[in-house]
Amino acid sequence: MDLPSTELPDAPSAGAAEPTPTKASALPFSEIAPPPPAPAEADPEPKPLPRPFAERSTGHAADRIFRLLTGACACSVAGLILVAIFYMVHGSIPAFRNHGLGAILSPIWDPTNQKYGALTFLYGTAYTSLIGMAIALPLGVLTAVALVEILPRKLSKAISLAVELLAAIPSVLLGLWGIFTLVPLVRAFEVYIYKSPLGLRKFPLFSGAPMGVGFLAAGVLLAIMALPFILSVTREVLLQVPTAQREAAYALGATRWQSISKFILPYSWKGIFGAGLLGLARVLGETMAVTMVIGNTPQIKASLFASGYTLASVIANEFTEAPSDLAISALISLGLILLVVSILLNGAARLMLLYLGNSSGAPRGSK
Amino acid sequence: MTPRTLIRAGLAALLLAPLAFAQTVSVSGAGGTFIYPLASKWFHEYNVQHPNIQINYQSIGSGGGIRQFSQERTVDFGETDGPMNDQQLKESKIQPIYHLPMALGGVVPIYNLPAHGLKFSGETLANIYLGKVVMWDDAAIAKDNPGVKLPAEPINVVHRADGSGTTYTWVDYLSKVSGEFQKKVGVGTSVTWPVGLGGKGNEGVAGLVRQTPGSIGYVELIYALQNKIDYAPVKNAAGAYVNASLETVSAAAATAQIPADYRVSITNAPGKNVYPIATFTWILASPAIQDPAKKKALHDFLVWAVTKGQAYSKDLGYAPLPKSVVDRELKDLAKLQ
Repeated sequence: MDLPSTELPDAPSAGAAEPTPTKASALPFSEIAPPPPAPAEADPEPKPLPRPFAERSTGHAADRIFRLLTGACACSVAGLILVAIFYMVHGSIPAFRNHGLGAILSPIWDPTNQKYGALTFLYGTAYTSLIGMAIALPLGVLTAVALVEILPRKLSKAISLAVELLAAIPSVLLGLWGIFTLVPLVRAFEVYIYKSPLGLRKFPLFSGAPMGVGFLAAGVLLAIMALPFILSVTREVLLQVPTAQREAAYALGATRWQSISKFILPYSWKGIFGAGLLGLARVLGETMAVTMVIGNTPQIKASLFASGYTLASVIANEFTEAPSDLAISALISLGLILLVVSILLNGAARLMLLYLGNSSGAPRGSK
Repeated sequence: MTPRTLIRAGLAALLLAPLAFAQTVSVSGAGGTFIYPLASKWFHEYNVQHPNIQINYQSIGSGGGIRQFSQERTVDFGETDGPMNDQQLKESKIQPIYHLPMALGGVVPIYNLPAHGLKFSGETLANIYLGKVVMWDDAAIAKDNPGVKLPAEPINVVHRADGSGTTYTWVDYLSKVSGEFQKKVGVGTSVTWPVGLGGKGNEGVAGLVRQTPGSIGYVELIYALQNKIDYAPVKNAAGAYVNASLETVSAAAATAQIPADYRVSITNAPGKNVYPIATFTWILASPAIQDPAKKKALHDFLVWAVTKGQAYSKDLGYAPLPKSVVDRELKDLAKLQ
């Protein structure tokens, strides 16, 4: 990292974003004539750049206060997370003590007999998240490619605006929409499969009565909720790809498909990965909308049409009327499990990024 | 002034401040959501008549109401749709606790079939919710409904997914009429269902039933009345099929055997014109409140609520307490002073 030669390819991506990348992609050849100057070459400064905080400008009181204030804000964010973790661990101790880890991971949830197993909820969270991501990730990435590289600018802006509006809809409204619009659609699809002459309903994935509510409806709803996040982050990432990269691809005679698949997507895969993570985080913890369409049945079934239950849903459903202190503790322990799952997933993703990033040597995309 | 004297002065001001408004008494409570519309009407009307008494109520759920009142001691009274059990009473940090019935509610079966006018017996409902009766043309349903053409369709069972007093009343009734139901499912605000889908809240259950052909569910009577949902009559202990109404629900409280502490389920009560799936909703109060002004205010309010307050019940869809219960409660309320 200290060598100037390794820093050179980094500089354009971290540097100023190109002024009109969408226009450039829409009309690549007209833009080639005045190429933007490469920022790395235009920088005549000596190597050790002044960092604002390294300067230690202790002279002004305002500086010190500002520094203290920002420092305190940063620390309080970390503190909040620690406090949350502490209380969840503290609150779930009675459940773990009463049950032991084995019983917590059992599939039996029976509040009347004080049995609180989390497995069915863990399964439901994992299954619905999987369905949601399987739909949202390809849809989001392909839409982002279309917005940045293919569609005319005005249309692209209109679509972006619509998707951002989607992100602003409260999840309880989406849940209501799910009950009244999505579930009947899903049921119609399920009835179609059920009656299909091909015997599709014999596949484990499509077995069971067509109820409408269940894993599929929840997964589709989650995909709709994750889509705006994945789409807008991916779009930003694609916009960060230097125009020079595109122009180089076209200069080599690449078609649009070749330039997107061989140059632009590989260049920005890390950012897209981050977009996926953000979407997954949204999907894992989603509560209200899922509760309204999943059927709330603690069971483990492979079928897309079966009803299920998620960690977040059971907490929302049962917390207010929890019959005993042990039940509350068990619900808090479910929250802890959800937290641990998200932390593990996040950690695994970061490790993977680190590992792949080192081996592939791809230039660092912006986050 | 040193900082210490400043703090002392501040503390003194804080302590003395309430004296300036000594005539205003503020009483706080927490508990179930079922009573909330009626309770807020009561608190408002009572405050209009007695401007110096302010009653605040948080509808956080029965479990939360019991906890805040008996364990955390953060409220002056609790409220619950299901009575506290012996263990909860024993472990309570405030003693003694009185259960005071305030209003009555019913739970009604709703269904989605082309055939209208179905009736149910308790055993059939229990077997449907046990997953033993799975088709609409089952002999058990046909026996309750002679002459009705029942479709050969599967029954989609819908129940509450969230813990609730509605579920408590429903399974309490089914457990009374079916030993098997009691053994396999039991009684509680949230139980393990052998079959069916869970909907969140009355609206969730009603929504699922309305949308899924061939489904059956249960909702609070007040919800069915307000939303004009058709519900089915249920066979009572005397063998008559009775439609739920404010009168037939009130009748359940009049005929049921009520013990001295009022902790009783009035499901499956005897009597010919009695709807069998009914329940009290209770306010939990204790004479062990420190502040005498609060104690008196709460007592006076409760006396008002069980007498004049009952006049507001019917308009809001609640079944009023029968006179026999009100007379008994007035005697017991004296113990609160």
